[in-house]
Amino acid sequence: MIPEIGHYALILALCVAVVQGVLPIYGAAVRNSSLMAVAKPAARGQFLLVLTAFCCLGYAFAVKDFSVLYVAATSNSQLPLHYRLAAIWGAHEGSLLLWMFILSIWMVAVSFFSTHLPEAMRARILGVMGLVSVGFLLFMLTVSNPFERLIPAALDGRDLNPLLQDPGMVIHPPMLYMGYVGFSVAFSFAIAALLGGTLDAAWARWSRPWTTVAWCFMTVGVAMGSGWAYYELGWGGWWFWDPVENASFMPWLAGTALMHSLAVTDKRGGFKAWSVLLAIMAFSLSLLGTFLVRSGVLTSVHAFATDPKRGLFILVFLAIVIGGSLVLYAWRAPRVGLGGGFALISREGMLLANNVLLVAALGSVLLGTLYPLFLDALDLGKISVGPPYFDTVFLPLMTPAIFLMGIGPLAQWKQASLPALAIRLRWAFGVSLVTAVVVPWLMGQWTPLVTLGLLMAFWILATIVVDLRERLLQAEGGGSIGGRVALLPRAYWGMVVAHAGVALFIVGVTMVKGFEAEQDVRMNVGETATLGGYTFRFDGTQQVNGPNYVAARGTIHVSQDGKEVTVMYPEKRRYFVQNQTMTEAAIATGLLRDLYVSLGEPLEGGAWSVRLYHKPFIDWIWGGCLVMAAGGILAISDRRYRLAWRRKEATVPVEAQLARPTVT
Amino acid sequence: MRWLWVLLLLIPSFATAYEASPLAANPQAEARLKALAVELRCLVCQNQTLADSNAPLAEDLRREVREMIAKDLTDKEIIDFLVSRYGDFVLYRPPWKLTTTLLWVGPFLLLGVGAIGLVFALRRRQKKMTDVTLSEAEHNRVTQLLSEGARRP
Amino acid sequence: MNRFLIPFGLFIVVVGFLAVGLTLNPRELPSPLVGKAAPEFSLPQLHDPGKVISSNDLKGKVWLLNFWASWCGGCKDEHPVLIHLAQSGEVPIYGMDYKDQRSEALAWLKEWGNPYQIVAVDEPGRIGINYGVYGVPETYVIDKAGVIRYKQIGPLREDILDKKIMPLVRELQNQ
Repeated sequence: MIPEIGHYALILALCVAVVQGVLPIYGAAVRNSSLMAVAKPAARGQFLLVLTAFCCLGYAFAVKDFSVLYVAATSNSQLPLHYRLAAIWGAHEGSLLLWMFILSIWMVAVSFFSTHLPEAMRARILGVMGLVSVGFLLFMLTVSNPFERLIPAALDGRDLNPLLQDPGMVIHPPMLYMGYVGFSVAFSFAIAALLGGTLDAAWARWSRPWTTVAWCFMTVGVAMGSGWAYYELGWGGWWFWDPVENASFMPWLAGTALMHSLAVTDKRGGFKAWSVLLAIMAFSLSLLGTFLVRSGVLTSVHAFATDPKRGLFILVFLAIVIGGSLVLYAWRAPRVGLGGGFALISREGMLLANNVLLVAALGSVLLGTLYPLFLDALDLGKISVGPPYFDTVFLPLMTPAIFLMGIGPLAQWKQASLPALAIRLRWAFGVSLVTAVVVPWLMGQWTPLVTLGLLMAFWILATIVVDLRERLLQAEGGGSIGGRVALLPRAYWGMVVAHAGVALFIVGVTMVKGFEAEQDVRMNVGETATLGGYTFRFDGTQQVNGPNYVAARGTIHVSQDGKEVTVMYPEKRRYFVQNQTMTEAAIATGLLRDLYVSLGEPLEGGAWSVRLYHKPFIDWIWGGCLVMAAGGILAISDRRYRLAWRRKEATVPVEAQLARPTVT
Repeated sequence: MRWLWVLLLLIPSFATAYEASPLAANPQAEARLKALAVELRCLVCQNQTLADSNAPLAEDLRREVREMIAKDLTDKEIIDFLVSRYGDFVLYRPPWKLTTTLLWVGPFLLLGVGAIGLVFALRRRQKKMTDVTLSEAEHNRVTQLLSEGARRP
Repeated sequence: MNRFLIPFGLFIVVVGFLAVGLTLNPRELPSPLVGKAAPEFSLPQLHDPGKVISSNDLKGKVWLLNFWASWCGGCKDEHPVLIHLAQSGEVPIYGMDYKDQRSEALAWLKEWGNPYQIVAVDEPGRIGINYGVYGVPETYVIDKAGVIRYKQIGPLREDILDKKIMPLVRELQNQ
């Protein structure tokens, strides 16, 4: 009964979504207020319906209702409750429901926080989101219904893929989807503005906080995915340039570019068409990611549910949504106003130059990801494009981007002078260069790549210091340092923090790539191995029984200079239902290094083959991402956005701003 | 050869006391294997390198590469051996060929086009701005509106 | 020409490729060995380990080389097709027992029938590597001069046999 309620709720949600997608947009076109007013209640109603469906599926998992096909396929009676609930998004159908649920959360959020927007704009935004949800609901109801019954019911379920039985599974997909789907808001703002012909600086101001929030989720989501792969796959790697990883990285790059170009559009009213295109791109790439992950056109180490038939549906949906948007763009963008002027050498110019670099980086990830498919489709042979390619191509594109990241915030808006900038930054450059050369030398191994990496990180930090110093000295009226700090806007602090996060991230990547060490050893009970100054003593394994697996758990005492540091318990698990063996690495995290131990195979006499890693600064990679996201959150807490929420109806007549020279 | 190694381990006086022995008989060769294997693709797996995979074929191929290293073959000879059997698919670093030119050049082409496009767009903008003459009043009003939009507290 | 149409144009191209991509199998690798001399082997025979089967002995006739193993699921799927082909006697099939245990392989053939003229044993999988095998079953068509003319990846099916393999075999036999 409960699953049928869920199914029914989805059907109703589809009806509501159709209404939400059609009436408000039509109403906005004919200026009919009562039609436009449908948007808000429809969005909220849809949220309640999807919530109902979501809870119904959760309930079916909680009570182990194996008469539901999806529950039987992705869980098992021995699976603990929290993993049963996480199994909601453990495979294709449920992931879509999560997608849809999160889309409805964003819709409700828009319906609450958009009261200050003009009526027509709000109606169009919610209408576009409604249309997007029509597609996803149709997809679910036609070819991937999570509530499909299994008759007769299975005695027990086939269990969740053991790789997914991990705390990361509980939190990573929702986070990542919040990011993916969050870009649908920026997309809807852009489409609404194109539809209404009200593409102006106000549009940029309104979509900035939404873009930033989605970007924060995306940043955390991608970082968590990377961290999860690091400890779950057991190879000690943290980024594999796998198609599924790239699928999440591309929208992130587009979102990053969008945040920066929105800054130009907001400040100067310029490059609106470009910002709109980026907003369309960010969401398009989210959809493309869904397609790549679900269709199986590319082989991926993270692909858990692929099906070409469903791929076709997503592809058609993708073609309609993105194709339609791009046609609309081609039709409307030429009439967009030009905005205020600025020189190439200016803050705006540098933000846009960074945009070019980010988009080129995005393009190369896309090219590398799809190239094997292109060649295969043209029958020109099969190739693999892997980490060596991406590493080679990415570095020369990112190096100038990072360099600009240091200069940009110091450059004046409108027109800046390069010689003046050079003088202001000469110390920052000198200090970071010297540090970057000396530090690896002090660490005992000097390589050009490590120096380059550290140079980039120190450059960012040094320019931040210069910038902060100048701004604090210039801050008017604030006597004490605290007072002066408070005078600088939160949005500025947000940028500083996010950029510092990038620096931390680079430090992490550089140190791990430059100084990590590993060892494969055969360890008899009582034997020791030394790596990175730590001594690992293997004290044998014992059998441990988990709820749905049995494990050999090793005990490894780690000491440094004779003092015990920690005890690590790597496991080799065998899951009963899918009869799959999993390596659960033991990781001792630390600010300056991770110790990573994974069990290989049992050898004769209680010995095991053991792989040991010493990974300096690796947690800075994810720490840096969290700091970036924190910067984003700090930025949206800025006063001007908070005031924007409260301000009813824009005070600036939007049409007035269109009265600028236009590009044709 | 291997049994000799096992035998050595069994005699306590020969094995270093309580120091775990490396899994590989020859750590230098193993390091070379690793360097090669991270650029090679495991054919049966879902997008994994030869170094990371535990698939039986990956183990066989590692054994094969190990033997070639022992025979002192160059990296190129080893890679050619694999490519002649499995095609370019085994290489994670696609070789430079006519069909992969776009792959290798594309990113920089994109950057070049983007950079030129940006300079071009900014120039044209600048020109348009000076070309179109607004009345003083109009201009003031628009700048005021825009700056209001930008500066609004 | 409206330059704002460029993104749409690029998008159409990408969607076209993605649509074609849906019809392709990313896991199927064309063999670079097709059109090249089949790697040579001399291996013990499964049924009589004292005897050796060598690829040189097979020169002068068209033959199929089928890599299989008792542990391989796809091999059981294609087995009836092989038996049927062997009964027709149109082309000799030679088996390559790949990374398998002798006793299990013999039991497997006893249970399901033996379509092979002779089965060679490739216990360490070396010959498999030389042939570029990456997943059993795989089947090679080798001509009179000992050149590989076709490679089937995955289980044989009647339709593949009728449409591709047998016409090729007949053509090669008539050369």
